[in-house]
Parts: sequence; C-alpha cells; structure tokens
Amino acid sequence: MQIFQLPRSAAFGQLERLARDRILVLDGAMGTQIQGLGLGEDDYTGHGSGCACRHHSEKPQKGNNDLLILSQPGAIEEIHFKYAMAGADIVETNTFSATTIAQADYGMEEAVWDLNYEGARVVRRALDRATAIDGKPRFVAGAVGPTNRTASISPDVNNPGYRAVSFDELRTAYGQQVRGLIAGGADLILIETIFDTLNAKAAIFATFEAFAEHGSRLPIMISGTITDASGRTLTGQTPTAFWHSVAHARPFSVGLNCALGASAMRPHIAELAAVAPTHICAYPNAGLPNAFGQYDEGPEDTARQIADFARAGLLNITGGCCGTTPEHIRAIAEAVAPFAPREVKA
Amino acid sequence: MTTPYLRLSGLEPFVLTPDIPFVNVGERTNVTGSAKFRKLVTNRDYAAALEVARQQVENGAQIIDINMDEGLIDSQAAMIEYLNLVASEPDIARVPVMIDSSKWEVIEAGLKCVQGKAIVNSISLKEGEEQFRHHASLCLAYGAAVVVMAFDEKGQADSYQRKVEICARAYKILTEELSFPPEDIIFDPNVFAIATGIEEHNNYGVDFIEATAWIRQNLPHAHVSGGVSNLSFSFRGNEPVREAMHAVFLYHAIQAGMDMGIVNAGQLAVYDQIDPDLREACEDAVLNRRADATERLLEVAEKYRGTGGKEAKERDLGWRDWPVAKRIEHALVNGITEFIEADTEEARQNYDRPLHVIEGPLMAGMNVVGDLFGAGKMFLPQVVKSARVMKQAVAVLLPYMEAEKLANGGSGERQAAGKILMATVKGDVHDIGKNIVGVVLACNNYEIIDLGVMVPPQKILQAAREHNVDVIGLSGLITPSLDEMVHMAAEMEREGFDIPLMIGGATTSKIHTAVKIAPRYLSGQAVYVTDASRAVGVVGQLLSPEMKPGYVEGLRAEYKAVAEGHERAERLKQRLPLTAARANAFKPTGFAPAAPSFTGTRVIADWDLAEIARYIDWTPFFQTWELKGVYPKILDDEKQGEAARALFADAQGMLAQIISEKWFKPRAVIGFWPANAVGDDIRLFTGEDRSSELATLHTLRQQTTKREGRPNVALSDFVAPEGTSDWVGGFVVTAGPEEIEIADRFEKANDDYASIMVKALADRYAEAMAEMLHERVRREHWGYARDETYAPQELIGEPYAGIRPAPGYPAQPDHTEKVTLFKLLDAEAQAGVQLTESMAMWPGSSVSGLYLSHPESYYFGVARIEKDQAEDYARRKGMDLSEAERWLSPILNYTPAS
Repeated sequence: MQIFQLPRSAAFGQLERLARDRILVLDGAMGTQIQGLGLGEDDYTGHGSGCACRHHSEKPQKGNNDLLILSQPGAIEEIHFKYAMAGADIVETNTFSATTIAQADYGMEEAVWDLNYEGARVVRRALDRATAIDGKPRFVAGAVGPTNRTASISPDVNNPGYRAVSFDELRTAYGQQVRGLIAGGADLILIETIFDTLNAKAAIFATFEAFAEHGSRLPIMISGTITDASGRTLTGQTPTAFWHSVAHARPFSVGLNCALGASAMRPHIAELAAVAPTHICAYPNAGLPNAFGQYDEGPEDTARQIADFARAGLLNITGGCCGTTPEHIRAIAEAVAPFAPREVKA
Repeated sequence: MTTPYLRLSGLEPFVLTPDIPFVNVGERTNVTGSAKFRKLVTNRDYAAALEVARQQVENGAQIIDINMDEGLIDSQAAMIEYLNLVASEPDIARVPVMIDSSKWEVIEAGLKCVQGKAIVNSISLKEGEEQFRHHASLCLAYGAAVVVMAFDEKGQADSYQRKVEICARAYKILTEELSFPPEDIIFDPNVFAIATGIEEHNNYGVDFIEATAWIRQNLPHAHVSGGVSNLSFSFRGNEPVREAMHAVFLYHAIQAGMDMGIVNAGQLAVYDQIDPDLREACEDAVLNRRADATERLLEVAEKYRGTGGKEAKERDLGWRDWPVAKRIEHALVNGITEFIEADTEEARQNYDRPLHVIEGPLMAGMNVVGDLFGAGKMFLPQVVKSARVMKQAVAVLLPYMEAEKLANGGSGERQAAGKILMATVKGDVHDIGKNIVGVVLACNNYEIIDLGVMVPPQKILQAAREHNVDVIGLSGLITPSLDEMVHMAAEMEREGFDIPLMIGGATTSKIHTAVKIAPRYLSGQAVYVTDASRAVGVVGQLLSPEMKPGYVEGLRAEYKAVAEGHERAERLKQRLPLTAARANAFKPTGFAPAAPSFTGTRVIADWDLAEIARYIDWTPFFQTWELKGVYPKILDDEKQGEAARALFADAQGMLAQIISEKWFKPRAVIGFWPANAVGDDIRLFTGEDRSSELATLHTLRQQTTKREGRPNVALSDFVAPEGTSDWVGGFVVTAGPEEIEIADRFEKANDDYASIMVKALADRYAEAMAEMLHERVRREHWGYARDETYAPQELIGEPYAGIRPAPGYPAQPDHTEKVTLFKLLDAEAQAGVQLTESMAMWPGSSVSGLYLSHPESYYFGVARIEKDQAEDYARRKGMDLSEAERWLSPILNYTPAS
C-alpha cells in the first residue's frame, strides 16, 4: 500500500483551486431537519410511505436517521438540496452512523453497504439539481462518524486494559463504509466528530486501504471534537497533539465540529490554525443547547461569530453542526464571503 | 509553522525543535534494558510496571521506550496489555511512546493501541528492500515516525562507510519512493562496545560519531539516535566507568548531531564533573585517540571497580568539607537530595533572612545548572532532578518566611497586600522561575494563586475573575511560550481586563514584551520582569495608587523607545539582493572628467615639516588621549579644558622640535591612470587608447535597504563607464620610520609620555600629509580644481570636490585591495612603505588611498553585505570564497560556512 504514490482524484485539484480563492462552505445539521419532518417508526422503515427498506431488523428503527436514505430518499434529497441552494459547496452524506458497529444497535448491519452507496448517490443527485440551476460546482463529502465505541478507553472501571472495540474491528467497519461511499460517488471523505483519535486513526488506515483499491486518492477532511472546558478531546488530547496524531493522513483540512458553539470553539481552532499547514475547517453547533436540549442561536448570531473567525484569518472551510439550518448556512456563507481564506503554507 | 520538525504526541504534543539539543528516551520500560522491569512484566505485576513508566515521565523523559522482547513472555500480548494500561494513565500517556521490538508483529500490535503519534523502533533493510518498503508503508498508514537501523542484507553496519551507505540507501527509498517525511526518520547507526581489547573495535565510537555528523549534514531533516549502553559493554559491573564513558560519548555524539538516545538518564555522569583522569581516559577510548587507550582506560577503571555507581558517589564525600554555598551548588548540579535540608538550614543561619538563601546560594547553584544545560553538559532529566533539590531546599525555608511575615505585622488573619495569579503558560512545563517569584512575592505579604504549569488562557482568565486578582504573572521558558503570552495579552484585551500583566521566564525579554506583548494589551499594562528579585518592586509600584500612573507612563515611554529602536535595527538588517542593489546604483549626472597632468607614478619628495603641521587635524589627536571633543573648542571645555590645554602645549613643544630638528623624513608616491568603471569594478589601462588592461580595482556595493531616492552606492559608481575618458589616482604617504626609533629612545628613558606623544604626532603628520597632498593633487597634479582656495583648517570639513577613499575603511572595507594599489605605485620602493601579512602598513604612520575626481562623489560606508555579493566579489577577484569571507568577515551579514 504505497498510498502517496497514488494519483489524486480530479475533485482534489478542483477543491484546492477553489479553496485558494475563498472560504468554502459546508452544509449544516441533518438531525434538526429530520426532526422537523416528524417521522414515525413506519416512516423510518418505509412501511408507512415512500419505499420500503429491503433490509429488515427485529429492532425498532425510529431514530436511525441514516436509514432514511433508503426509506425516505426524496425527503433526504430535499434537505441536501436546500443546503446546496443555501450556499454549501460541500454537502455531507447522511451516513454518520452507517457502519456495522453503529448500526448494530438497530440490528441493521447488513444495510451498511446500501446506506453508504445510496447515501452518496442521493447527495450527488441533490447537488446536480442545484448545479443545473446556478452552475456552481459542488462536492459530496462522504461522512464517517466516530461510532459509539472507543478504542482508547475501557468501559470497565475495574479493568483498565480492556477495550470494547479493537483497531482492527474499527478498521474493517470503516473500510466497508468508505468503499460504499466511494462507489456511490463521494468526492471526499470526511472523518468527523472525532472524540477518540485512535478510532480516527483506524478510519484513516481503512480509508487508505480503500484508496489503494480504488486506485486514486480522494481529499480527506478530518474534524475532531473538543468536548468540555478542559480544551481536550474526550480521550484527553490537546488540539495540537490531535493534529500530530492525524497529520499522516495529509488531510485536505483539519478542524473541529460539534460539542461547542462558535465562541467556545475559537481558541481551539486558533491553536490548530497555528500548527497545521493545511486548510482549517470549523463547523460549530448553533450555540449550546438550552435547558430543553434545543439550539436557539439564530442564523445571524452564529454567522457573526464565524465571521469573526474569518476576519482573524483562521478559516478555510466552515459550516454548521447540531442545531444549524439552511438559514444558518445561508447567513454563514454571506458573512464569510467578504473575507479571504486563511493562507495555507505548505 | 511548516518547518519540518519531528512532531509526535501522546495526550500532549512533542516537537523536536532545534532548541532541544537532545531527547532522552526513557529506557526503564524496556525488558532488555531493565532487569527490574523484566521481572515485573514476567510476573504480570502491571501496577508496579506502570509505576516504572510514571517515574520516568516524572524524571523528565520526553518519550518512553517500551520493549517486551523477552523469550519467556508473549511479547505481543504484553505490548498490547501494557500500552492499553498506559493509555489509562494520563500522567504517563501525556508523552509519546517508542514502540520497540525486533518483531514486526509486536510493533504492529502496539501501533494499534496508541492514539498519539508514536515512534517505531525499528525497521531496517535486514530482510531486503521489499520488506523494508512494506513496513515503512505501514508506518505511514498508522502515522508513526521510524527508527531505521543501519542494518542491511549483509548485516549490521560497523564501519563508517557501511553506516553511511545503508542510511543513505534507506533514506532514498523512504523519501523518494514512499514520500516518507524525512523529519520522521531517525537513524540508529549502531552503538557498539569499545575498549574490548579487540583492535577492530577501537574505532566504533568514532565511526558512530562521524556517521552521525554525515547523516545530519547529508540527509536533510533526519535524526540520529542510538542505544548508548552498548558502548561500555566490556565494563559491566563497573558503573562509574560506564557512566563516565556514556557521558563522554554523548558529549561528542551530540555535538556531531545525535539528537535522540535511549539512555538511563538517572545514571548519567555530568561531563564536567567526571574525574579529569577518568574523563581523559574515556575520551581517548571513545575518540580512539591513542593506541594504548584501552589499556589506559582499564588501568584507570581499576580504581573504580566494584564501587558501583552510587557507592562511588557516596564514597567520594570530599565535597562535604566545602563551604555551604559550594555544597548547595554541588547538590543542585548533581541532583543529590541527601544533605540539602541540613545544608539549607546551615545557610539560613548564616544569612539575615531566609529569602537571602534563595536569592543567594540556591539561585547561584541553579544558574550553574542553567549554564551547564545551555552548554549541553547536562540533560533535561538531570535539570529536573536539580529542580527537585531546589524545591526541597525552599521547603525548608518556607516556614521561616511565614514566621517572618507574621512578625512583620501580618496578623493571624491573612491581610494580603494584593492577589497575584501566577501561571506557566500553555505548552510549557517549566515552573522553577515562577515558583521562585511566587515565593518571593508571598514573603512580601502578597497572596499567590498559583495555577501551575501548562495553563490554557481561558483557565487563567477564569481564575483571575473568580479570585478577583490584582496582577497576572505569566512564566515560560521555551520559545513557543512567547507566542502564548502574546495570545494571552490579546485575550485579556478582548475580554476586557485592565489589570497588569507580568511577563517573566528565560526566553522572555524587554524587547519582546515591548514589541509583541504590550501593544496587544492596551487596556492594561504588560511589564517585563527580569528576575525574581525585581518582582516585588514591580508589583509594589503597580499596585500603589500613587505610584502607578507615573510608573506606567514611564514604562510606556520606555517600551515605545525600545520598540522603535527594534524596528530601526530590523530595517538596518534587511539587505537587498545584489542585483537589486545594482539596479539602484548611483547614476552620476553629466560630467566631463578632467585629464591629470601626467599618468603613471611620481615620487613627491619636497616636504616641508612646518608646512605639513598647518594641515594637522587636532581633534583625532585629542581622541588618542581619550579626550573627547572638537578642537579648538576642547581647549575651553569646562571639564577637560585644562588637561587639553596642557597636552596641546606639550604637543606644540615637541612639534617645534620635530620641525627644527627634522625628526621625520616624509615620503610619498602618487599615480594616475586612465580608468573606467566596469560594473562594480574599476578597470585601469596602460595607455590612453584604453586597449590594454593594467589592473582592476574591485569595489563593494551597499546592500542596505535605502529610502526612496537614495542610491546603493559603490566606489565604481564615481568613475565614468567605458565610452567616457576618466582617470583614477592613487597615493601612499608616510611620516617615515624614524618615529619608531625616537619612540624607543623615549621609552628606554622611561618617558612613556613622550614616547606616546611622538607616535601620536607621527600619525597626525601622515594624515596631514595626505590632506595636503590631496589638495595639491586637486590643484596641480590632477588639476581638476585649479581655482580651489581653502585654508588648511577648512579642509577638515571636506568641502572640496572628489574623495580619497582608502582600502580597509568603510567605503572599501577589503584591506586586500591595498595589494593592487601598492603594486601600481611600487610603494615599497618609491615610498618605503610595506604591507604586512595582515595588510597593515609599515611604518605605521602611513596613509594610502585612491583619488576619485567626480564632483558628486562622497564618503560612505558599505555596511553589511550578503552572500550573493561576497560570492560575486570573490569571483571577480579570483579569490576563494572562504578567503574573501575571511577578509570581509566584519561586514558579512551572514555566518559563513566554516
């Protein structure tokens, strides 16, 4: 596997050129939009309306948002389309949990290939529609989530050497996911919401293996998550240590998403911007959830804070995570448009 | 930001920057290196085995090497188990690990357990290129740096040649075929046992050191590491000798560029502290300096046999008889805690106040530690040990300081003079200085809130608000901390703080604070504090409502001046490329040069000593006697007037004698030649047809960044280019060798005053001759200013047209140009002046130079030049670059390769 000898995909160069000219915009939250649809169990499985999912499980599927790619493809495509029209250059697949490890909770492991393959295709369709309208190029980011297991921490207090998931299990699961995403037409691979860097390293390894099979190298975006006021990842790394641990992916971008609102994320993004000679990507939540777990930060509020990042020269790519809507993305895209992207010194 | 440094991580980052001379890789968690650890692992006593790792990190190991290669255990399972356990211990997991095994399966299993960026130890060409490529590619995919052993299909490299050859081959495969980042490659050129009695082994130390130097010079960004303990294998059981050998070896290998090593730092002698006999014997053996080095080392080693490292140190307690301050220094340097409490107590009784013990012997000892560390003679873990000794000593003093505070009016209730928050900034772990400042301030009744080390800005600001502190004190030792402090200042501004911010620590400076930190925090004041002793004064003024406004105003003015000075200096440092400087050359306006009255050379013999004396510029004469002022004003100067008048009277007395008794016999030769500028050179021709070249005078061009409209001038700019007839003149004048004899005579008569006086006057005579001759040249010999009528003393202001620049002076700093001038003038035969090897003129009272007639010509300084010009100049002169650099060294704006 001589990964860096592989040719780069066509989208790679295209994205690099675009990123030189302006700050690129990523889409916003899926969850908030899906909640707005008010779907029930039958809608999730597709038995109520739309197309019935051909995979079956004994377990209830309500809340398995990724499954909607198969059971409600029209609704999912519409959300992607809205983000595209709101100004997103890069739109993520709805595959945050589309690995055998994450789908095990729903008993839907066998649907994983279809979820990723179709997940990429549905975004591609939405983006092609948007491009037909305004002619702007748009890119499909194959979203790779952290899974719900951690390779660095023992869930058993009495047995600190124990691990609920191994590197190789993660690597196998991620490998399936990434192969599906590439086959479905993903332009880049976005390893996101990383709370355990070892999980991310397994994802990077698997992505490399998939690239080797595919015969070309796609851009990789890497996005960690700072979970609390300590300013570290859940597994204890500082942002700089995190960067050192994932730099071998030679990613198109590194950055942070989720967990924090824009203001709280800023010092950590500034730290990454100071150490990482690649594009910096920040897509925070719409503030912090209120006492009811809802995000009530308005589009203008979020956009103003992100514009501050851009003004300070910290940003190359931005967008939204939990609680953000197409209106947020529109406001963010407008707010960062006047600012030059951060200069990347290679 | 993009400098290719080795960047590793555990929970925290580690960057091998050039200011880290040597990375100590902890070896205690290596079953092959530590019998204790092997026993713990074979007995599956992992709790105790974790303690070993923890201690190493506490002792300052920046990376820990983990090796489970033991025949009796399942190495792979043990590696996984241990790394998983380490991951659960944040105080261990904060440093990167080195996964060490001779079995690739064990290494790969280890790589699957670490979230940080680790080092693989090791891969090699042992099983051929295919396997090597495979392993290296996997390291790329796992994200690890690699140690590459100098080992190939034929075996382990033992000679310099083999080491170099294998490393070069591996480097080429890694970087060219696999795009492996070169900064992630660490070569291990194999440390082998020396002084074994087998002659072939004698040069192993030298081979390693030389291979190291070669690797660092020829394989960019790669690093060199090695397992040092192999070196002294033949002295097993003789710990003092082994420790000394390791220290000596490292001292030299580090200088050659070895920047990483697996060493038991706890048992490393300090190079400077090794018994000189032993050190020399070790050095002879390590450097293979003499044929009998092994025998001699064995002989010296006998004295230490069986003493054991620790015992040896305990046995040699001679230092216990030293004065207490010296004992404290010794304990700090050697990290000996055993006697420190008693010694500190003894010192306390000798000093007026407990604080004086800290500021006195303890600080002095730590300064020695700092110096040794700076010189590469101590390693970080040793410094950490020193700091521990320091802390122990301070702990002895603290209760007395508390008591002192109570006695000084402090009641039982804490009535602090102010609250001061202290923190070592994010990314930095050094807290000795900060702790000392904290102690000193606490002794002065301030309440200290110490947030410890590696404190992120948000935490500092949060604590500052919570505790409502009066001052924030930031400390940092490493360079990146400076940026962190700048960031902190900006954050304080952004969050609306206005309390003072104190800056301290080894790399901080007044300039940095003035230029980078203070301007970011205008709502408050950033203050640089030189050392702990100043902290009390600074805080006192900052917190006094009466003193603060004036103090801050003074600081702001001072920092403004410092910042402006810095900016000026920076501007001066900027140099233009030679091509750009040439593009901005001086372009003379239309000027028709006058032809001289003759070409070729002419001796000037008709000198009148009284006439010359009228041309003497007396100001430099007074400078010779260290009287600073301008003649004739100096004669009436309030302070120096009297001395100046007396001196002047004596000078006039001797001058009258010089003239009447004809002490000096002045001589001179001048010459004129057809000349034209060719680039930065001046070409001289044999005749007016300008077809045959006589000589070339080389000149240097200013490369300083000039203000708009100011040229980057070279002397050649003042000579017309080819196509216009121009001429250049040259001269050598001397007051003659007679002064030497006269001065000698005075000296023998013990009249030093007269001896110096005659030399000073001879110098003035030579200068006056040059001035007078120049005038005659302008009016007669060249005759381009026949109507010039200046009084001799008016000439000092150089009101006339044309210049007479001298080689070795600012307009042409290259002394070797005198060689050409002297040859042209045949100066030795015609004026009796010779050039010494170092291009000085003999006799000393001589002056030489060129004549240029251009009316717009002026004296200037070339100032510092860049390498592009030095190379170009050397090429023009047909001189080796290194030789040119030697002559030009005072004006080089770069450090030439030695």
